[in-house]
Amino acid sequence: MIENIKSFLGSFFVTGDPMIYGADASIALATIGIVFYLTYFKKWKWLWDEWLTTVDHKKIGIMYIIAAILMLFRGGVDALLMRAQLIIPNNTFLTSQHYNEIFTTHGTIMIFFMAMPFIFGLMNIAIPLQIGARDVAFPFLNAVSFWLFFLAAMLFNISFVIGGSPDAGWTSYAPLAGLKLDPGVGENYYLVALQISGIGTLATGVNFLVTIFKMRAPGMTLFKMPMFTWSTLVTSIIIIFAFPVLTIALALMSIDRLFGAHFFTIEAGGSPMMWANLFWIWGHPEVYIVLIPVLGIFSEVISTFAHKTLFGYKAMVWSMIAISVLSFTTWLHHFFTMGNTAWVNSFFSVSTMIIAIPTGVKIFNWLFTLNKGRIEFTTAMLWALAFIPNFTIGGITGVMLSLAPADYQYHNSYFLIAHFHNVLIAGTVFGVFAGLHYWWPKMFGHVLNERLGKWAFWVFMISYNICFLPMYFIGLMGMTRRMYTFPSGLGWEPLNLVITLGAFGMGVGFLIMVWMIVYSAKYGKRDTTGDPWNGRTLEWATSSPAPEYNFAHIPQVETVDAFAHMKEKGTAGNIYKAPFQAIHMPNDTGIPFILSVFFFIAGFGLVFEWYWMAIPGTIGIIVSMIVRSFKDHEDHHHIPAEEVEQTERAAGRLS
Amino acid sequence: MKKFAMKLIGSCSLLLLFLTGCTNRIAVLNPQGPVARQQYHLIIWSVILTAFIFAVVLIIFIYVLVKFGRKNNHAGYDPNNHGNTKLEITWTLIPVVICILLAVPTIKTLFALEGPPKPTEGLSKKEPITINVTSADWKWIFRYPKDGIQTVNYVVIPEDTPVKFNLFADSAMNSFWVPELGGQQYTMPDMPMKLWLQADHVGDYLGRSANFSGRGFAGMQFHVLSKTDADYKAWIQTIKDTKPALTMSTYEDLLKPSNVKTMAFSSYPKELDDKDKKAMKKMKHMEHMDIPENHLDLNSKDNDMGGMDMSNDSMKGGK
Ligand code: HEM
Ligand SMILES: [Cu+2]
Repeated sequence: MIENIKSFLGSFFVTGDPMIYGADASIALATIGIVFYLTYFKKWKWLWDEWLTTVDHKKIGIMYIIAAILMLFRGGVDALLMRAQLIIPNNTFLTSQHYNEIFTTHGTIMIFFMAMPFIFGLMNIAIPLQIGARDVAFPFLNAVSFWLFFLAAMLFNISFVIGGSPDAGWTSYAPLAGLKLDPGVGENYYLVALQISGIGTLATGVNFLVTIFKMRAPGMTLFKMPMFTWSTLVTSIIIIFAFPVLTIALALMSIDRLFGAHFFTIEAGGSPMMWANLFWIWGHPEVYIVLIPVLGIFSEVISTFAHKTLFGYKAMVWSMIAISVLSFTTWLHHFFTMGNTAWVNSFFSVSTMIIAIPTGVKIFNWLFTLNKGRIEFTTAMLWALAFIPNFTIGGITGVMLSLAPADYQYHNSYFLIAHFHNVLIAGTVFGVFAGLHYWWPKMFGHVLNERLGKWAFWVFMISYNICFLPMYFIGLMGMTRRMYTFPSGLGWEPLNLVITLGAFGMGVGFLIMVWMIVYSAKYGKRDTTGDPWNGRTLEWATSSPAPEYNFAHIPQVETVDAFAHMKEKGTAGNIYKAPFQAIHMPNDTGIPFILSVFFFIAGFGLVFEWYWMAIPGTIGIIVSMIVRSFKDHEDHHHIPAEEVEQTERAAGRLS
Repeated sequence: MKKFAMKLIGSCSLLLLFLTGCTNRIAVLNPQGPVARQQYHLIIWSVILTAFIFAVVLIIFIYVLVKFGRKNNHAGYDPNNHGNTKLEITWTLIPVVICILLAVPTIKTLFALEGPPKPTEGLSKKEPITINVTSADWKWIFRYPKDGIQTVNYVVIPEDTPVKFNLFADSAMNSFWVPELGGQQYTMPDMPMKLWLQADHVGDYLGRSANFSGRGFAGMQFHVLSKTDADYKAWIQTIKDTKPALTMSTYEDLLKPSNVKTMAFSSYPKELDDKDKKAMKKMKHMEHMDIPENHLDLNSKDNDMGGMDMSNDSMKGGK
């Protein structure tokens, strides 16, 4: 009996590695600390009322961003561990198994639990404000999306200490990820956690599509929308078409692993290549899901700080639409080397390089937005400016990769790693950092410290180049991705050392950033006007932080850059002019959180194939949905006119 | 902002120096056979064209920052400058032209790589040879169907001769990559594939798996030794004379997960060729294979493990 318990615990908790014990200890300490803090300062009720049950898009946005920054930290630590292992040849800092788990969690966390949530956070903050709405179309669903993502992220992260992490790469290719070559629960974590957060993502896509189509302020036609709104619209459409493919692929592989089917194994006529196809039919659009929104952010930031209207608005919109369509026609470039005929590879080579055309159009339009501008070098603008040359490097190496015969030499080497970090970091990460600086005052009512922000920028940006540019060359030297160690004597030592130094430099940049956030919370300049940057779009028309109802009166839109136009005409004050009316708002609700906790329970049960746990969890999910259906009629309230007036007065908007 | 520009220019020229200075260490930029050379030409061509784009972007970028980034400089400020159709058409059309300039050689090369490489100029055309490659956890197995020998983790080829590698996988997928001789191709358990390579000269070229296949993946390194025709023939004879034969049970041991050193066998069981042939018949789009029908009668009773050098230090750690 005791032996049984012992052996169960031995396989349940990951054992045998001092670093894991360190992680166990720090997780336990952090949890105790948080519980103590909440109890001691009597914050439990505050946590529940203000955050866990909120349906306010701004608060949900903030929670997304906090979670994404935590995940950036986790994924970043993974990256530094990998680079520490590769600092010298034949290093024994990490074992092969440990390294494999770490690159898998690094990739998966960065894409699913860092990049996407960060972007969704900024969308949540900015989109309803930019289009002059009071919330998203489905506030309840929005909370569901967030909590599904958050609990899925937690589920994925505990694999580190409970049961073991997935170790077949973020692409989880069959047959390596199948039961035969990869027993254990690690891959189950991958499948179940991504399935749960994928449902949330799909709901977000639907939510923002409807929000943008149905809730724009009067007068805001599609071609008067701000560019970030356009990019979110396009992204939502990509999500709606792409994510169901992932859902199906994950479901099929889960059935393979949990119930012994053979969709992707060879034994019973299944096809491993089918997984590669399904994964990338979703996966290539996915990279645009994390890219296109930040292209919108860059457009906003560049136009704002060049103090100029965006150059080539229509071309910007159409190029985004073109990219979104083309993104569905290129998936095969991820496996040019899987024995396709010359015709097939020719088609996908050309369809891939064509994407460079609309992308190039966008780059030139940004350059010409800067042209004849009055460029102000704020931190947000520095991130946006650095994006242009750094992303262009990622773009041109992308074109180089699209030439299939050349790709035979780059594929799965560090050349590829360098390329996609050049687009994911110079694109997505620089973009969300720019957005964070830009919208921070709207979220919290103070601006981030510029001096620390610039330090963080320069340290991060320079280290990033030190880290990733040498990777192109070490890739051409023959070093492949996912190698947990490399032999000496091949001339790979110097570059690997430089790469690791660059990676740690980025770590320093990140720490400066965290310090900047803490420092600014205390000493940051208050934003009393609601318009700290002399902004051009509607989010700057309301006070900072925006009131619960966003706008006391829904604004009237006449042109692009609606707020800039209002300021010119002197009509900006109409938004907060007395008399006020009662405002209709959605109610807070605990159901999204509870529902997601049931998803977590069911998911954890599935990971371990404990049906005594998975089945009650699933019943909990169904019951939560039924309860919600019967509460439909009582999910809204009115904010009385007096309260609106009070709020506006407190924000200094009424004299 | 000038500082920024200087930094960019500085790092670019450094990279250029690097490129010209030590290409012989950069395997992909040091092609040693016609396949790698075709790919190298395509790579260089794409670098030239994309570098042109990058240069244009960089020049405009630096220009606008220097001109419009200065404080208190309001000259030329035009907040409503919202577009210019002629310019926009120009920067759409130039990339279109560049895409065409890239697409044409890409497609040509793709079709050229389908078959055996053309003989190097000035040398007589030689008959291609065939080698069957199997990736197993975590080693490379090479079988010479014509000569009936097998090697592990190294393969010997005659110089200046087209070699057709038929690619099989025993367990996970891997990717067969010898950068100095040419680009890679996957080995897949359900789908045999082929890769033509050729070495110009005598040499030792390093290959490795490029597709992650589990714990021992980093050790999936092998050597391709290119020899003169005479040396190649002599080598085959030596293997036949001095190495043990491979039995089915040794072979099955070999397939078990491990990293091993190099090995050679004077013969291998006939079933293995049959298995390879059967797998290839299933692939309709592969042309007919040149595996000889009258197979050498192999002495499979010899169960000598002497040639096996299974090192036990398989990859550390793990479950
Ligand atoms: C903080 C700086 C970062 C560093 C130093 C870094 C470093 C690395 C390295 C060295 C690898 C290759 C590991 C290997 O194949 O052995 C890798 C893989 C990867 N990285 Fe990063 N990375 C960083 C940030 C990011 C970000 C921001 C993203 C996404 C938004 C990202 C996404 C990925 C993905 C998807 C993989 C592939 C994982 C796999 O092979 O399954 N990384 N990273
Ligand atoms: Cu792709």
